[in-house]
Amino acid sequence: MIINNRPVFLNLFQFRFPIAAIMSVGHRASGVLMLLCVPVLLYLLQLSLQGAQGFARAQEILQGGMGRILLLPILWALLHHLLAGIRYLFIDFDIGVSKQSGRRSAIAVMLAAPLLAIVIGFLL
Amino acid sequence: MSRQASGLRAWAVQRISAVYLGFYFIYLIGLFLFSPPTSYEAWQGWISHPVAGVGLLLFFASVLIHAWVGMRDVIIDYVPIFLARLTLLTVIALGLIACGLWAARIVIMAGTAA
Repeated sequence: MIINNRPVFLNLFQFRFPIAAIMSVGHRASGVLMLLCVPVLLYLLQLSLQGAQGFARAQEILQGGMGRILLLPILWALLHHLLAGIRYLFIDFDIGVSKQSGRRSAIAVMLAAPLLAIVIGFLL
Repeated sequence: MSRQASGLRAWAVQRISAVYLGFYFIYLIGLFLFSPPTSYEAWQGWISHPVAGVGLLLFFASVLIHAWVGMRDVIIDYVPIFLARLTLLTVIALGLIACGLWAARIVIMAGTAA
């Protein structure tokens, strides 16, 4: 632990967040959200494999109103996490590290994730 | 565990599991978009195929290890109180292990079902 007396400014409401920072927070938030979905997913998987009746019940839950409403934010979380993750992998290999290209790719992730979520959610 | 999943090793594990998860999700989205299982028989047939079953088990293993490294990073960043941090990490570790065992049970039992 280093002790110093430098001033600390941590007022989150006065911070200006660049788009890459907002994308990064989204990466973490989507990860936590998906972790909470794991038990639900396992429950549905188990149900769908308990004979024809269970399969029909799982289908009913997924295609019902509640399932449809929840599908969109979960698809967004998945796609945002996936796209932002691919972006980080490129940056690990020194591709797109500059300030300008980092900003551009962050904007691309922020836009592509919700758009793809709507398209895939519509097709599913 | 936390000594095994920290520093360079956690960094590498996170990326290797990420690559598997990325490809697996693209495969899953493709499967459900282009040839979704429409009956219990088709679904059970898919999961009891050895390649699909092992691929799915590997997927759950990757999810759990990826989630552990990620949650550990998030909690270390945002939970400074030692007792709260320890409690949260313990709950998550036990929860992830329980989910892993549950997933293994589902996939193995589905494979042996008639």
